[in-house]
Amino acid sequence: MAEDWTEEKVRVGETELCVLKGGQGRPLLYLHGELGFEGWCKWHTELARKRTLLVPLHPGFGRSQAADWIMDMRDLAAFYTRFVREQGLAPVDLAGFSLGGWIAAEMAAANSAQLHKMILVGAAGLRPPQGEIMDMYTVTARRFLGRNVHDPEHTPEFATIYGGSPEQTAQQAATQWEAFEDARAATARIAWKPYMFTQSMSHLLDNVTGLPTLIVWGRQDNVVPLAAGQLYRDKIAGSRLVEFDHCGHMPMIEKSDEFIRAVMDFLD
Amino acid sequence: MLLMFFTERAYHAVPEEEIFKLRSFFGVPNKLFDPAKGAQLLNEYIDEKVLCDELGFDAVMLNEHHGTPFCMGAVMDVEASILARVTKHVKITLLGNPTPVVANPLRLAEELSMIDMISGGRLVSGFIRGAGSEQLFNNANPAFNREYFDEAHDLILAIWTRPGPFRWEGKHFHYRFINPWVLPLQKPHPPIWIPGLISVETVIWAAQHGYPYIALATMLKPTLELFNVYAKTAAEKGYQAGPENFGYLQPVVVAETDEKAYELGKCFMFGGGFSHFARPEWMFPPGYNSKDATRRLASQAANPNLPSSPFQRDPANDEEVRELKRALYASYDEWHKQGQVVSGSPKTVVKKLRHILEVLRPGIFSFWLDGPLPLQDRRTCVRLIGTEVLPELRGIGKELGLEDPFTRAPGSVHLNGRQHQPVGNADLLDPSTLSS
Repeated sequence: MAEDWTEEKVRVGETELCVLKGGQGRPLLYLHGELGFEGWCKWHTELARKRTLLVPLHPGFGRSQAADWIMDMRDLAAFYTRFVREQGLAPVDLAGFSLGGWIAAEMAAANSAQLHKMILVGAAGLRPPQGEIMDMYTVTARRFLGRNVHDPEHTPEFATIYGGSPEQTAQQAATQWEAFEDARAATARIAWKPYMFTQSMSHLLDNVTGLPTLIVWGRQDNVVPLAAGQLYRDKIAGSRLVEFDHCGHMPMIEKSDEFIRAVMDFLD
Repeated sequence: MLLMFFTERAYHAVPEEEIFKLRSFFGVPNKLFDPAKGAQLLNEYIDEKVLCDELGFDAVMLNEHHGTPFCMGAVMDVEASILARVTKHVKITLLGNPTPVVANPLRLAEELSMIDMISGGRLVSGFIRGAGSEQLFNNANPAFNREYFDEAHDLILAIWTRPGPFRWEGKHFHYRFINPWVLPLQKPHPPIWIPGLISVETVIWAAQHGYPYIALATMLKPTLELFNVYAKTAAEKGYQAGPENFGYLQPVVVAETDEKAYELGKCFMFGGGFSHFARPEWMFPPGYNSKDATRRLASQAANPNLPSSPFQRDPANDEEVRELKRALYASYDEWHKQGQVVSGSPKTVVKKLRHILEVLRPGIFSFWLDGPLPLQDRRTCVRLIGTEVLPELRGIGKELGLEDPFTRAPGSVHLNGRQHQPVGNADLLDPSTLSS
């Protein structure tokens, strides 16, 4: 797979952020999930044909510096609000997966005028009306990752995300283990209690107006139940929910082609 | 030299297979807990400490764990309060209160003050970060564990020593009116000792504060290395660390004969012992370890302290549970040879413990008795230690000059620019001495 992206350092206040950048065209800011950036996948490559993908690694996630003052999700969303403003990106197209979807929803709730279009994929952030968000801290990172897809056998990219590879060396495995631990710790700082949602989110979303929003969910999502996606749809005025059947938490790799088409259509 | 007694207040009435199934004491469902049995055991454990007091031990030690049959002392200050009243002489040593987990330093300072007063100033206080699994159990954010620990310590000391009322606006703790009407009897405050397993950061922190560091049954070589990390840090602070700065906890089983004690020592392996305290993903929750410690863990086995579980995966069925159990108990002899359990008649045990004391030179030594021994054997063990082992060890302590924190204040030997001396005696590090 072509990995035609570069890595830049961007300073936001006192924090040096690592930002992956690839593609061409109008910027699309992508906020990764709680295990860190999953690696450059087919869907990144496809979207990068028409869009400049910007993928910041969140503060404290491996190659980005930690920011001691960031202690809850509002802090992190405010951090990215500043990033968008200082980088001259507003109004920006914003996509977020899982934890990243939660950041996006907080940014939209605080100031939807800063955004142009928003895509939420299996987004955390809302207390699901039915079921619970799966607690990744009760299991190992690898086991949690296994719960992220419905059918790993038929998801070829699953074997290669997060540094996975049949030829992985012990050193690479240790490095990835450390990256997972960084990601889990940085997530704990902001998402430990209540786990992965903002109590007031459903009320805050009333403040989101005139923001075209695409919500993408796998019906068999074991991490953030589909009911949360349906609540996002009900709360964000004018939003649309696309559900994929036989699909878990990561439609971007499990239903890659359908996902790319839905996102392209929405952004065009 | 200060001689102490410790036991986890374990609940052994749980079917051992349940622990092997999970490879973890933590997480065993509490429907298997019978409060009537628990009540009996808790009282037996209290009686045992009263017996220690009568037999002339210098101290009894309590600890605290949550959500596990490994230790029922979930709120050890309750036990300490009882001991404060019903014992007469022993120091009541708490190693330690898990401040990040309790998350209320003011309340804790009040509890400890009351224990110190009721006991007539016999409290030795200690603070810990809490095992990883307890961060999960108490929903204490592990990413802030070290920050909670540091701030809670500073706050408790302020509560004990700064006249109230005063206000505390910290990073994690906030109190608008601190003015407790219970304060420690001991001035300026009760002694503080810090127990630990393998965390270098904790050793350095203890040395910087001049708090004795109590190694919890870690193997002799890494223990001595940690003691010398302490001594080096102490030198940077301008003092020579000595026996008064160090303690050591050692599993010990004493019986009338070596053979019987050897058999009883197997009880320490119940459920897999400490190697099954909690699953690795629960032992090391996110952010609980420093970046350096995480890096060390990434490339090495999780715990150099104890033999790891013979299985690297969960047993899939009853047959594999039996096999796991069999393999673990089959490793007892090896465990024993490495000195993870010291067993024998009083005479044998004195010989083996002398070796440990010569190597580590701790001013504080604690016996650790654990496992599902019959009550009568437990009592015999404690009595034999009290009547036959303690007098011998006191003699050895004198001979080796093992000052304890009450006979020589930790941090009181100033270097005044002189080079510091390494502690312990690395030349004697030969574990074969322990197996006899």
